[in-house]
Amino acid sequence: MAQKTENKLDFGSKWEYAAAPESADHASIMDEYGLYINGKFVKAEGGKKFASINPSNDQHIAYFAEASDNDVDKAVKAARKAYKEVWSVMPAKERAKYIFRIARLIQERAREFAVLESMDGGKPIRESRDIDIPLAANHFFYYAGWADKLEYAFPGKKIEPVGVAGQIIPWNFPLLMAAWKLAPALACGNTVVLKPAETTPLTAMKLAELIHDSGLPAGVVNVVTGAGATGAAIVNHPDVDKIAFTGSTGVGKIIQKAIAGTHKKATLELGGKAANIIFDDAPIDQAVEGIINGIFFNQGHVCCAGSRLFVQENVKDEVLRKLIDRMGSLIVGDPLDKNTDVGAINSKEQLNTINKYLKIGQEEGAEIYQPKCSLPNKGNWCPPTLFCETSQSHRIVQEEIFGPVLTVQTFRTVDEVIDKANNTPFGLSAGVWTDKGSKIFNLTTKLRAGVVWANTYNKFDPTSPFGGYKESGFGREGGLHGLLPYVNLV
Amino acid sequence: MTNNELIGLKRSIDQVGVEERTARFQTRSIKNAAKIQGLKMALNMIDLTTLEGKDTEGKVRQMCYKAAHLHDALPDLPTVAAVCVYPNYVSTAVDALKGTGIKVASVATAFPSGNSSREIKLADTKIAVDSGADEVDMVISRGEFLSGNFSFVFDEIAAIKEACGKARLKVILETGELSTLDNVRHASDIAILAGADFIKTSTGKISPAATMPVSLVMLEAIRDHYYATGKMVGMKPAGGISKAKLALHYLVMVKETLGDAWLSNEWFRFGASSLANDVLMQLAKQAEGRYQGLDYFSKD
Repeated sequence: MAQKTENKLDFGSKWEYAAAPESADHASIMDEYGLYINGKFVKAEGGKKFASINPSNDQHIAYFAEASDNDVDKAVKAARKAYKEVWSVMPAKERAKYIFRIARLIQERAREFAVLESMDGGKPIRESRDIDIPLAANHFFYYAGWADKLEYAFPGKKIEPVGVAGQIIPWNFPLLMAAWKLAPALACGNTVVLKPAETTPLTAMKLAELIHDSGLPAGVVNVVTGAGATGAAIVNHPDVDKIAFTGSTGVGKIIQKAIAGTHKKATLELGGKAANIIFDDAPIDQAVEGIINGIFFNQGHVCCAGSRLFVQENVKDEVLRKLIDRMGSLIVGDPLDKNTDVGAINSKEQLNTINKYLKIGQEEGAEIYQPKCSLPNKGNWCPPTLFCETSQSHRIVQEEIFGPVLTVQTFRTVDEVIDKANNTPFGLSAGVWTDKGSKIFNLTTKLRAGVVWANTYNKFDPTSPFGGYKESGFGREGGLHGLLPYVNLV
Repeated sequence: MTNNELIGLKRSIDQVGVEERTARFQTRSIKNAAKIQGLKMALNMIDLTTLEGKDTEGKVRQMCYKAAHLHDALPDLPTVAAVCVYPNYVSTAVDALKGTGIKVASVATAFPSGNSSREIKLADTKIAVDSGADEVDMVISRGEFLSGNFSFVFDEIAAIKEACGKARLKVILETGELSTLDNVRHASDIAILAGADFIKTSTGKISPAATMPVSLVMLEAIRDHYYATGKMVGMKPAGGISKAKLALHYLVMVKETLGDAWLSNEWFRFGASSLANDVLMQLAKQAEGRYQGLDYFSKD
């Protein structure tokens, strides 16, 4: 048998995969997109617009209209009119037909949406193709099914829609978040003004086109693009009945202050700093895969990312060795290449934030590890990163980085790890890896997190509610629970 | 090792996680130059196999000619790694393959059930080795394994390994009879510690034969042994791999689990009878841009 001096695996160049880019030829992109208000595509007031950039190569994609307060007002008025005259009075089973139609149209155009999502947001085509787009369609299918069965969701209650919902969505899962927000709102009989993030408006506008094609009555869904000011105009509009926001905890707090004292209902899905906990009796090889999936999925631009790794001290060496070798086999690069595992960082601004934390981590004395990988010259890139020798007192452990950066801590006992996992202002998600069922149930009851995954990570399904504890927000999206924010129970 | 020591080797495997990981390997898109290189690599890793009751010397000789002349119409083709036959046809194969560099592997130890005495199994091995086999593919005693008699399995492998002399030993776990991935992992660890040069999934006589999840668990056992000792052990999935595309998925799995060092026929083999022709058909398609009919590829 061959004997080597150093027992290190070699993920070298003996057999390199040739480039396998998904063709973008079939995806049509216009030079300029307007606002979708009252069933029409219109220019913003004064013709104001902004550009969206492909984060993987800095190329200009298209211009998008920047909605002013007046534009938002028009959108809200259109939504109110549609709510009163059409959508809230339509028989529920008719509403369902429209939502089913949207779901089917997404499936039909899945390939185009996947390509556009990867171009605009930088995520690997494998993820947009296999996760984002199919899940988005599934959310519409799922809630379409609820539309005429709401009395079974809330037995003994009379159900009324809330009215006009203002929905503000983030840049990490542009189409999927639009689906999470739109589907339950529409199913319950509400009308919507939706604002996508300013760095990723493309698939939301394509969705507006698709919704238009579906024949949905004018004004039921309105899409306004723009930055923070546009979002503020929605939040502060007096005729909006409900705000649904997914984004940073900072903005979430501003929204909550802004709507305090008004009639507006709200659900906020905010930041996270999830603990991913590996016990010594875990299936280690699968746990390592779960760590990778937990933090490097979508470049770590995931509010529920497993960014704080807790490893039981007696298996630390094995886990770290395997984790580092696994990181060496990740393929970082062109988001449209079918073999890419880790794509581009969503924006220059976000890359600066991540780099700031990489610097902070090293200044704090944490040990940094990054695999050798050649990154493209243009665009926004950050290699998968590990920080070892960290503690709860490190800023990189306390604050949400929202990038492919994992901090590693060890623990010794069950009580200790529960204590430390909960020792954060956030509480969105957590992961537990152990072969022992009783340990899983012990932890799931004690971890203060909205979602706890056991022996898996980052699993999403329309039937499963999602939402946070503490500063990770409130309200649930998905599942039967996801209907509640969009109904008044009388 | 004592039975208690061998019980202590048990590790838990999460089947759902393993299946997800293997699904990921299958999303890799292998194109152009990488595809040609991968196909040739796969061809060069095949143990061309005939293990049937109706085997004859004539059949074995024909297969040996095919092993050395896979498809003479295509230039620069490698040969297969080895041919795999029953012990009584080893001398025929050795004779037919003289000068080709192709190895002769022989199944042994009361293949495929493994239900016989130690004496018979050793004698079976000895016949193969004395006839000139370069490699011996033994089967473990699955009944003893499932009844918890791990030291029996360990001792038997160690004894056969000794009887092999210079021949390399492949240990067939027959994973289709082990029922759980936990068992597959445990049997892999026992085989490796007992001296296996290769661990192999299946005899090809039991369904399911090789699957990607089972193979991944075995590759991970090999990886852990390498981490612990620096010693490499080979892997041979066998049975059920008849398509070039699936073979490429296996190679992706090897590359991303164990790295470059295992990407050669010294450390990885496919046990297959019909895989070669599908790989050849794909290579011909890559060379000429269109598929040829099946009858352009010889069946031996």
